[in-house]
This record gives sequence, structure tokens and C-alpha cells, in this order.
Amino acid sequence: MKLPFRGAVDCDIHPAAPPMSALLPYMKEYWRDQLHNRHIDRFGFTMTSNNPLLPIHGRPDWKPKGGVPGSDMAMLLSQALDAFGTDYAICNIIHGAVALFNGDMASSILGAFNDWVAKELLPTDRRLRGSIVVSLQDPKLAVAEIERLAGNPDFVQILLPSLGEMPIGRRIYWPVFEAAARAGLPVCLHAGGLYRQAPMGNGWPSYFVEDYVTQSTGFEGALVSLLAEGVFQKFPDLTFVLAETGATWLPPFLWRQDKMWLGVRTELPWIDRIPREIICERVRLTLQPFDAPSDPTLVGRVLDHFGTDEILLFSTDYPHWHFDGEDVIPDGFSPELIRKIAIDNPYATYRRIQKPHIATPAASELSA
Amino acid sequence: MNQDLLERTSARPAATRAYIVDCDVHITARSAADLYPWLPARWRQHVEAIGPHVRGGLYNQEPHPRMMARGMRADAYPEEGGPPGCSLPLLQKQHLDPNGIAFGMLIALGRGIFEERNQHFAEALSTAINDWQAERWVDQDRRLVAAIIVPQEDAEFAAAEIERRAPDARFKQILLSPKAQEPLGRKRYWPIYAAAERAGLPVAFHPAAMGGGHPSAGAGWPTYYLEEHNTFGTIMQGVLTSMIFEGVFERFPNLKVVSVEGGFTWAPSLSWRMDKHWSRLRTEVPHVPKPPSEYLRRNVWFTTQPMEETRKQAQLRDVIDWLGWDRLMFSSDYPHWDFDDPRYAFKIQLSDEERRKVFSGNAKELYGLP
Repeated sequence: MKLPFRGAVDCDIHPAAPPMSALLPYMKEYWRDQLHNRHIDRFGFTMTSNNPLLPIHGRPDWKPKGGVPGSDMAMLLSQALDAFGTDYAICNIIHGAVALFNGDMASSILGAFNDWVAKELLPTDRRLRGSIVVSLQDPKLAVAEIERLAGNPDFVQILLPSLGEMPIGRRIYWPVFEAAARAGLPVCLHAGGLYRQAPMGNGWPSYFVEDYVTQSTGFEGALVSLLAEGVFQKFPDLTFVLAETGATWLPPFLWRQDKMWLGVRTELPWIDRIPREIICERVRLTLQPFDAPSDPTLVGRVLDHFGTDEILLFSTDYPHWHFDGEDVIPDGFSPELIRKIAIDNPYATYRRIQKPHIATPAASELSA
Repeated sequence: MNQDLLERTSARPAATRAYIVDCDVHITARSAADLYPWLPARWRQHVEAIGPHVRGGLYNQEPHPRMMARGMRADAYPEEGGPPGCSLPLLQKQHLDPNGIAFGMLIALGRGIFEERNQHFAEALSTAINDWQAERWVDQDRRLVAAIIVPQEDAEFAAAEIERRAPDARFKQILLSPKAQEPLGRKRYWPIYAAAERAGLPVAFHPAAMGGGHPSAGAGWPTYYLEEHNTFGTIMQGVLTSMIFEGVFERFPNLKVVSVEGGFTWAPSLSWRMDKHWSRLRTEVPHVPKPPSEYLRRNVWFTTQPMEETRKQAQLRDVIDWLGWDRLMFSSDYPHWDFDDPRYAFKIQLSDEERRKVFSGNAKELYGLP
């Protein structure tokens, strides 16, 4: 179904990454020379997990005539924001420089990229908000980048790929979480990976479709890592957003963690209460691609399995192809829940985003 | 959780009326020497002079150490010594007799054959284990049935071993590790599935190879046992995803797969996600003409232990209703620490018909038990 009101916050849209030529002016001379002489600037940094050729990555009517999906900003503003009456949209631009092994090179490119986002992309429309993209090859450089940009209120979160070098909860990454928490920025783990290892624990699958399906198992790994390592206790004010993961895998995951924790909690004495409570407070999931069948009765039962209306965040995942027309909300969502996921939950998650002063309708008005 | 169950059991009402098929009973050799009667001299010498060479950092214990008693029920260590699962009398006394087990499917994980890098050694061990479990266990107690252990990396050998054992009624399925060198739908493993389908024997996957040559999660190697344990479920999802999208169930439509100790509440969500992404990406997999959920519901069975516990009881029923009450089979995982007692495994009320199916009927039908 369509959003029954205006004023939503879209928590996951994807403008295309800029060409390298747009970033060179933001880089130091040494890196400009390096990228030029080594012909690195002649190619983009397209991640295997974000292959723009795939049908899933560009809805047919959302593809510009020339260029990759998400590269035409006028089209994006009209299709991703105007069409849904969106007040704000968070730009999660996937930049493949995160997959470089050379941490200095990665941070130089991503620093220029973040500057480009701040100076050239976000100013094109007052509704756009950005994500600071960092490489974790050298966590110290990531911390410095977060500190450099934290003062810009247009950046509302830190963006990381969900599958990295090692599980995301490891202590080596804690300085990054500390910097994010200090700046009041949630950390968003977005579907996709560096492919430092196979995207599933069984080894390298043959097909893209397998990568997509098993992304959720990578998210399970990331989430159980954050839980087990004690990140939620160490950084009590930090929120994690899991983007583009699907959602129905979460209730079975929580059931399993609750039971396992009861059995093995002496291994993890810092986990001070049942995992479900911790995760429902501290973790948010974006809506699309919503992975339940279209039967509204079944959707209603799955929503009951979550046991909370605070965990989902509205997203279109523009320009990816998960729904047709403007039917972004799965049938079976109640008007009250739609209001929670589209307005209340995003504003509670992203404190940097100021609600416009125009009154949004009350839930009672939405049933009409 | 790991209390002296033996003592507690004596205080309980007898459960002798029960008729239960337990799809996951672990046995292990007391030591490699137990296998010597079936191991050629060349490999007996290898056991003593060389030993295991596995795909993992430790070969005599887990790199994610278990929480208690090495992952075993503390009361399951035989008085005469040896590891839990090495004593038939104790298995009978602790589990088969008091719990009314009519049939117990042996899952002999021991000796690390799934992780062994020396394929010739793995093959010799698997043959010996198969002879050992038939003669020392199945022949000694008519309630026991066995799974053919095969090292999956040499599919040609595995298929030959399956063919050799298939006429032997003591064997009712084939056992593989869900964590192989490659995802298990890949063509290198198809000779195993061809042999299984030909023999009419289900293929069971039970978490086994801890190393496996690659991290157990797409996110990387876990730190803690809590995390490693979660991979039992995610790796099973990977097995089914791989088998379905490689077209295994198109090529072998009568192949039956059993997911043992991998959980099952994730299966509806996995099915929906597979269908959703398949609908967008089917040009990539034209060899998969049906929605993936159809293969999962047609070709896959699940065992219960460790029993899933939902937040509300009705939610477990939602999951099983979707999967089908004919797809779930009771398992205890004796003698492991998280053993499920058949009397208390289900916290929801089951109808007589549901109870019969889950605790015996489904397994009897699948394995052709009398």
C-alpha cells in the first residue's frame, strides 16, 4: 500500500557514487598523483555486492536514460522524495573504496568523497541528509574522519558495510564506536561486504541471488558479535541501524539468542539482561526489502513476532527494485505502525534531524 | 541446565508408554584404537605416527570452548572412563530406556573425518566408523539405526561408500557436515546426491566441521561460543540456499535433506527471502524454475533440538504451521549439554496427531522405520 500521509523520513536511499574525477579536487597532491599515474582514477570503485547491472539494483522506471541508477539527482528528488511526500531522506551512498586494503588510500578517497557529499550533494536539496563513510582498515583514521565531520549537522550517521574484515563487535573497532557515540551519530551497517571472506559461512556461493539471500546471515553474525563482545554495554548511547537486510529474520534470531544466552551466559557476564530487550532498544532495521509474502494476514503474524513497533524504520531503498508504483508499505501494516516507522522511529533514532514545524497528522486521522 | 539428569530422572514418572524416534543420538569411539579392527595396518600406523591433520587451529579441542564439560552432559561420562557417547549400556540406561526411545538415529561425528585434510585417511576412517557403528552399536541394540558417514570432499569415494552400504538396512541415511570446502550445492558434491537419491536414503547435515577452511560466518570468525553456536543456524541456511539455487532439487527431485541441530524457526523467513530475491534475479538462475520455497517445503525436513523457544507460544505454532507438521522430527542430541528431554521439549500444547507426527510418525515415514 501507499504511505497514507506526507512527512515520512526515508532512512535508506542511494544516490550513485560520483566519478573519481569529481573527487580529485578534494584530495592532496600526493594522492591525486597516485590515482592519476596508477590509472586508479579511470575506474570507479564498484563493489561486487552492489553491481549496478543487476535487475534488483535499478527499478525499470527509476533508471535514468544514461548513467547508473541514482545518478540523475533531479529524477531522484522527484521519484524518491516528491512521490512519497518525504520530509527527509538519508543518503547511503555505497563507495567501493571501503574495500581497498591500503587504509591510507581508502581514507584519502573517502575523505574526498565525504567532502563532495557535504559540499555538492547535500546542498542540492534541503531534505537530503548524509552518512559519513569510513574505511575500518585503520580505525584511527576512521576516528579522525568522524571527528573532522561531526560538526556538520547534515551528516546523521556513520555508514559501514555489513561484512567487513572481521566481526564488527571486535574491540579493535571500539574507538570508532566511541567517536560515533561522542558525536551522537548512529552507526549504520548496510548490506554489502568487502568479501574478505565468503559472504556465507559455507564458502563462496555461485550466484548473486545467493549473496542476497544470505546477507541476513551476515547480519546475524554482525549482531551476535555486537551482542557478545559487549558493545551495547560499553556504548550505552549508541544506536545501530541495519540497512537493506530484510526484517523477518530478526524474530527467529532473537528467540535463539534469548535461549542460548540463558545457557551460556557465564561466558559473557557483561550481558546483563535478556538479549531481546537489549537489541530491541539499541538496533533498528530499515523496511525495504521487506521479506514477507504479500498476504496481509501472514504479515500481521510476522509483525507480532517482533514484539515491538519501535524497531523498523521506513525506507524505499531507492532506486533498488523491491516494490512497484508507490506501494512501499507491505499490506498488513496498521496505520499506527506506519506512523511509528515513518515518523516517530526515525526521529527518535536520528536526533540530528529536526522535525519540521508543520504539524503531522495524528494516528486517529490516518485510518480514514 | 547441566545438572545430574540421571538422578533427577529417577524421581520422575516413568515414560515407558512413549514411542519416540530420536533423530540425533551421538556416539563416539572410546579412542581411535576402537576402530582398529576395521582399519588397515597402514592407517593404524598413521593414527599412531602422524594423527589428525585438520582444517583448524586446534585438533584436540574446539577453538570456541564449550561452556561446561566440553559440551557434554556432566552425568554422561561413563564411570569406566572414556568420552560421553562411547558406552552403549550408559546410553541405554540414561536415555533409550527411561525416555521410551523406539528408534535412535546414530550421529557419529567423532574422529574429525569432515575436517581431515588427508583425504585417504578420512576415507579409511569413514569406512571403519561405518563398520564400527553397525557392529558395535546397531547389532547390539535393535532400537539403533545408523547414518553412513562419508568425507564429502571426495564425492566419488563418498558415492561408492554409499552404494556399498545402501543395501545394508542398518543404515537409514547419509551424514554430511554442512560446512564443506565449498557450498554444498556445488557440482563437485552432486555424485553424493545422485547416490543418495538412487539408494533412497536421505542426506542429513549436522554441524560438525568447526574449521572448514573459511570463517563460520560471513561477518568473519566469531570470538565467543555464543556467536559460534549461532552459525549452526546460519550455516544450515547457507546449505539450503546453495542446494536450491544450484538446482540440486531440480536435478535430484527425490532427494530428501534433513537439517539436524540447525534450528527451524528461520526457515519461513529464509523461504520468503529466497522467493523475493529469486523473483528479481531469476534471469541469473534459469535452472531454478520454481519459487525456492517450493523446494524447501518439498525436499527438506528439520529436527527439533535445540528446541526453539518463541516469545509467545502461539508464535511457534505460526512457524510450524507454515513449515508443515509433517516436516519436523524430534531429536534429543544425547549426550550433549543442551540435550532435549522428550517430555519437556515442547512448551506448547500439541494435539495427539501433532505429537505423533513430530515424535515418531514423520521420522518413521522418512526413514522407512517399522
